Formats: sequence, C-alpha cells, structure tokens
Amino acid sequence: MSAEKTGKSSVLSHALKDALIAGIVAFGLFILLLGFLTDDSRGPLQLRQRPVLLASIVGMVFVGRFLISLLYYNAPALRHWLGKLWFAICAFAARYKWQLVALMFAVAASRIYYAPQSWPLALIIVATTFIGVRFGFSAALLVFAVLFPVTFYSNPYYLGIAIIILTYVMLGWGLNIVVGLAGLLDLGYVAFYAVGAYSYAIIAQAYGWSFWVCLPLAGLFAAFFGVLLGFPVLRLRGDYLAIVTLAFGEIVRIVLLNWISLTNGPNGIGSIPRATFFGIPFNPTEAGFAATFGLEFDPTHRTVFLFYVILALALITNWVTIRLRKLPVGRAWEALREDEIAVRSLGINPTNTKLTAFAIGAMFGGFAGAFFATRQGFISPDSFTFPESALILAIVVLGGMGSQIGVAVAATVMTASFELFREFEQFRLVIFGFAMVGIMVWRPRGLVSTREPTAYLKERKKISVEHVAEGRG
Amino acid sequence: MEYFLQQLINGLALGSIYGLVAIGYTMVYGIIGMINFAHGDIFMVGAFVALIAFLILVAIGITAIPLALFLVLIIAMLLTSLYGWAVERIAYRPLRGSFRLAPLISAIGMSIVLQNYVQLAQGARVKTLQPLITGVHTVLDLGNRFVVQISNIQILIILTTLALMSGFSWIVSSTSLGRDMRACEQDLKMAALLGVDTNRTIALTFLIGAALASVAGIMYLLYYGVIDFHIGFVAGVKAFTAAVLGGIGSLPGAMLGGLLIGLIETYWSAYFSVQYKDVAAFSILIVVLIFMPTGILGRPEVEKV
Repeated sequence: MSAEKTGKSSVLSHALKDALIAGIVAFGLFILLLGFLTDDSRGPLQLRQRPVLLASIVGMVFVGRFLISLLYYNAPALRHWLGKLWFAICAFAARYKWQLVALMFAVAASRIYYAPQSWPLALIIVATTFIGVRFGFSAALLVFAVLFPVTFYSNPYYLGIAIIILTYVMLGWGLNIVVGLAGLLDLGYVAFYAVGAYSYAIIAQAYGWSFWVCLPLAGLFAAFFGVLLGFPVLRLRGDYLAIVTLAFGEIVRIVLLNWISLTNGPNGIGSIPRATFFGIPFNPTEAGFAATFGLEFDPTHRTVFLFYVILALALITNWVTIRLRKLPVGRAWEALREDEIAVRSLGINPTNTKLTAFAIGAMFGGFAGAFFATRQGFISPDSFTFPESALILAIVVLGGMGSQIGVAVAATVMTASFELFREFEQFRLVIFGFAMVGIMVWRPRGLVSTREPTAYLKERKKISVEHVAEGRG
Repeated sequence: MEYFLQQLINGLALGSIYGLVAIGYTMVYGIIGMINFAHGDIFMVGAFVALIAFLILVAIGITAIPLALFLVLIIAMLLTSLYGWAVERIAYRPLRGSFRLAPLISAIGMSIVLQNYVQLAQGARVKTLQPLITGVHTVLDLGNRFVVQISNIQILIILTTLALMSGFSWIVSSTSLGRDMRACEQDLKMAALLGVDTNRTIALTFLIGAALASVAGIMYLLYYGVIDFHIGFVAGVKAFTAAVLGGIGSLPGAMLGGLLIGLIETYWSAYFSVQYKDVAAFSILIVVLIFMPTGILGRPEVEKV
C-alpha cells in the first residue's frame, strides 16, 4: 500500500519536475520576444509589455508538458492502450487510405459548397470502391478536375484557387523529378519558374508572338538554365548541392532585380500579353472569343480556358514523368538516388543522368512560369523569393518524395489551406515550418510513404519505408 | 590608397561578424555533418533579443554604455543559446540516424518557423536603434581629401571577436568539453562507445554556436543600427560561404573565411557595384565548392561505400 503510494507520488513529482523545466525553458525563450513588443508607431522605438501573452504561452507549455509527462510517459497501461489504438488506426488508414482521403474531400466540399456541386466527390468514393483503389482514385480525381469548371462556372473565385492549386501541382511534379526521382535536393527551383516567367514576358512583349509559340521557348530557356546550374554542381554531394542551388536561386533573383534595362527591376513587367484561344483573344470585340463562337461575352471564359491550359500542362508533366520512369534514364535517376557509387560502377554516366534530371525538371518549372506570367499579366522579382522555393520543396517532401499522387494531394491541401487561412499569414507559415519538421521526425518518407517499384520480378509489391535506403544524392 | 585602407578596415569589421556566425556552421558540420540552416535565424534572434534587452535597460535607468553593453552581451548570449538548444532538441535530435537530407529539410522548416515567429512577435517593420557607440579615430591623414578613419564600434567588433575566438579556441583545445567535441568530430559512434555523452556534447555545441551567433547579432545591431526579421537569411548564407571557404570543420578556417568574405564583399561594393555584392558572395560559394571543396584549411573528405 505504502509502496504504491510513494510510487504514485514520485510519478507526480517527476511529472511536475519535468513540466517545471519545460516551463522555465519556455519562459527563457519567450520572455523578451513575446513578453515585450518593440513599437515605433509613435516616434522612437519604445517597449510595450505583454505579460498576459507571455504568461499564457508559458502556462500552456507547462500544463501541456505536465499532462504529456503524467499521462503518457508515466502511465504504462495508458501508453499500452494508446499504442494499440494508434496501431489499429494506422492499419485501418493504410487499408482504406484512398477512401479516407476521398471522404475527407467530400466532407470538406460539402461544408464549403452547397450539395449539388459536391457530386463529383461522391464519384471518387464510388470509383474507388468499384474500379479498385489504385486506378479508381486517380480516374475519379481526373474526372473531377476535368468537370470542375462546369461545376463551378458561376463561381470564378473557386476557379481562381483551382488554377493556383494546379500551378503548384505542376511545380511540385516538376521538382519531384529532381528531388524525388534523382534525389538531388534543389533549393533554388523557383529560379527556373522565374526564368520561364521572364522569358515569356520579354519575348511576348518584344516580338508579339503568341502564347503557344512562347511557351516552348520559355521551357527551353529554363531547361538551358537547368543545364547551366547542373554543370557546376555535378560533383557535389547532398547538402552542398542544396546550398549551391539556393545560392543560384538568389543570384537569379538579384540579377532580375538589378538588370533594369531588361527586366524593369523591382517594378516588374506589366501588361504581359494574355493567352489567346489559338489566336482568338478573350475580349468583348468583334474578333473576340465570345463573338466568334456566338456567345455572350463573359470574363469567366478566359478563366476556364486558363484552367484547362494549366490542367493540360500539369497532366503532361505527370505523363512524361511516368513514362520517363520506365525509360533507362528514369531508372538511372532512381538508381542514382539510392546509391551513386553503385550506379557509377555499373557504367551509367552520372553526369548526363543528373543533367537530364535538372534540365527536365527546370523545363517544367519554365512552363509553369510562362503560365504564371500570362495568367497574372504582371511579374516582379517579389514572386520568386526563397520561401516560394521552400514551399514547392515542402509540397514534394510532405507528399512523399517520388510519389506523384502524394505530391498532388500535398499541393492541394497546402495551397487550399493557404487560401482559406489567408488572414493568418504568419501563423500558417509557422505551422507550415513545424509541419516540415514533424514530417521529417515522424514520417520521413512523406504522407504517402510507399514507393511503387519500377521494375519487379513476377509480382508488384509495395516497398515499405524500412526497406528503402536513402542515397547520398 | 586611403580609400583602399578604409575599405580594409570596414571589411575586417564586417568579416568578424561573418566569422562569428560561421563558427556555428563549421562546428555543427564538423560534429554531426549537417548544415544547420536555421543558424542564420538564430543570429537574427540574437539581434532581436539584444535590441529588446537594450531598451529594457534604458527603461530601468541603466544608461552607462559599458555596463549596459556588458549586461546585454550576457543576456543575449544566455537567451539565444537557449534557442540554439531548443532547435537542436526539437528538430535535429530525433533525426539522428535518419537519411542524409532529413536534418537539412527539418532545418529549413525550423528556419521558416523562427523567421515567422519573430515577425509575429515583433512585427514586420524594420527596427532602428540610435547609435550607442559613437566617435571615430583618424588612422591616416596624408593631407588628401580622403581621411582613413576607424570608428569605436569597429574597434569594439574586432576586439570582441578576437577575445571570443581565443576563448573559444581555448575551450576546444584545453577543456574536457573541447576534448569531447573533438572526439565526436572524429568518430561519433566510437566516442559514444568510449563513454562520451554525445547528446550532451552536441547540445553544448549548438549552445556555444548560438551564443557566438548572438554576439554577432549584437555587433550587427550596433554597427548598422537597423534589423528586421529577415536579416538571418542572407547573413546565414554568407556565413556558410565563409565556413566553406575556410574549410568546413576547421575553426581557424571559419574565422579566416569570414574575414575573406567580409573583405571581398566590401571591396566589391567599393570598386564594382553595391547591387551585386550578394551575387559576388554567392558566386564565391559556388566557385569554391566546385574547385576547392575542402576549402583553404579543411581536410579532404573520403567517401566510403
């Protein structure tokens, strides 16, 4: 009896001690930065005290740590049951993950839109159940995407968000070639996006060529820059390579900022020619799209057209990636990711392999950039900063490096939540940073962490996380 | 000639700041082989902590500059090293033994967190501090229209850096902590087998690195008088360049690299163009990594299968 009692009190005192330490650390961390506000709204810099904020944050840390310590670390029975519950949840989620994702989408959609417009989401559930998960989900998602403008024609706001989401899906897929397949961590991907956007803007303005002529040119320019970056970094390993790509991205941005005669510097380039429907502009004139097809003029026509353009571009990216994975060069990328020395000893030229990865990834970034320029009609170096690169990288990392559908889901979730919580700009970035840390700690392979083998003997088996080694990049 | 000398003085002061930050990169890379991407933001946090500490001291009536400076130095080093420790504990320690790029991605996440946390807590506007340490000395006056001067703050920066560097070198070379650090740098697993508390050593490394970065933050604040939540990014990349240039893993190399980067940046701004000074620093990073990946004082790294 007494032994049990002392055991209990020692558990309590241990938890208290633990929480006290956490509280003291939190106090030390936050006392100056949260406890005081430097304010220069009235003349010179002054301090304002925020004791309530400080106390509540430190209190939260203290209580949170105390509860975790008491209930989790010091209660073996509870931990046992929590572990079992977690295991059951994981097993369930692994078995029915696509249905769960679909259900999530459906619930979210029915909360946001009124019921008739969420019908395509029911499709996902039906398709995954009847055609089979693997193809059903992708097929239903595709049908949903294609029918999206029909469903949401009356709501240009959602169309706009969908276009942004698809742009990020495309960027994520483009970067996935470099990071996910070839295993080269690229922190300067936004540079290619910028090159694509600026080359489109400059060519289209200087020569008056149409979108469809400039788009491949923008892609080519970006691919050229990819090779340009690729050459020097070939000999570098993982994290050195990351830093060099980061430096490259910054150099491109600084040059764009200062080469005023070409890029108009920080003021950016405005009135970039809009995309046309194969030569027919979207305007209310006689020669415009609406008049040509006998429709009433509606600015949404352009938005719908842009939606289909970016959808097509994204799907091309995806299709090319899937095809490339089955070609020798794609196999070489993945082999390179797993073990560079082994690849070299098998007679594959790592130089060419890395260069093609950089060039193709950069080309898709350039396409996306050209699309961005024509959609916005205005570009400036502010759109191509490092946080943008980090966001695209985070999409790839959170989605699971190398997983196409994972990247698409991550891009959707992230961009959509960024739009929904627009007013909490900094909060969402803090959470987003912590999410990157959390994913690395708990699910280093991303949310979709199984990897489909490209080559297999007899049957296709999924490779679980434990069996995949990470290459040296 | 006078102009050249003047830029030399300016470059040395700037280079000292970079050198102090670079030590944090080089130590962490030496021991656990990762680029602590959040280190530049620790430097920024140090500058903010120092700014607020200054304002508090002024508010409670401590206005004697030497005393205030000393107190701020202590407060900033203590509180900022706490940040260094917390970042290591939250974002890096759970990842030991994970795949190679995991800590770097986690560090990028931490860098985003720190920047936006400071922006949330203190606002996005730049913070200006009135110059606290004034006064200049004429070094050389040849009767031309240009006079070479060194300001008190530049003297302070260079002297503090020298003092911290010698103190830190002493820690590494002559204390038991330094011995542990060197053992961890040579072989982490073997050091652990021989009874070195590696987790503690790594945590202390982060702590010391953050403390040095906070001093650099104070110097930056005093030298330029203007800080915002974004200064850590560019300063961090430049300090990393300095660490690579000097030879990553080497302490004298970090200091040497810092001074070189400071000088190059200053001379580039003085003789070519101010706009492209960052391009100069970043290009050096790329060139050094390609042609001299071990840096000036570094040891070559052998890749094993």
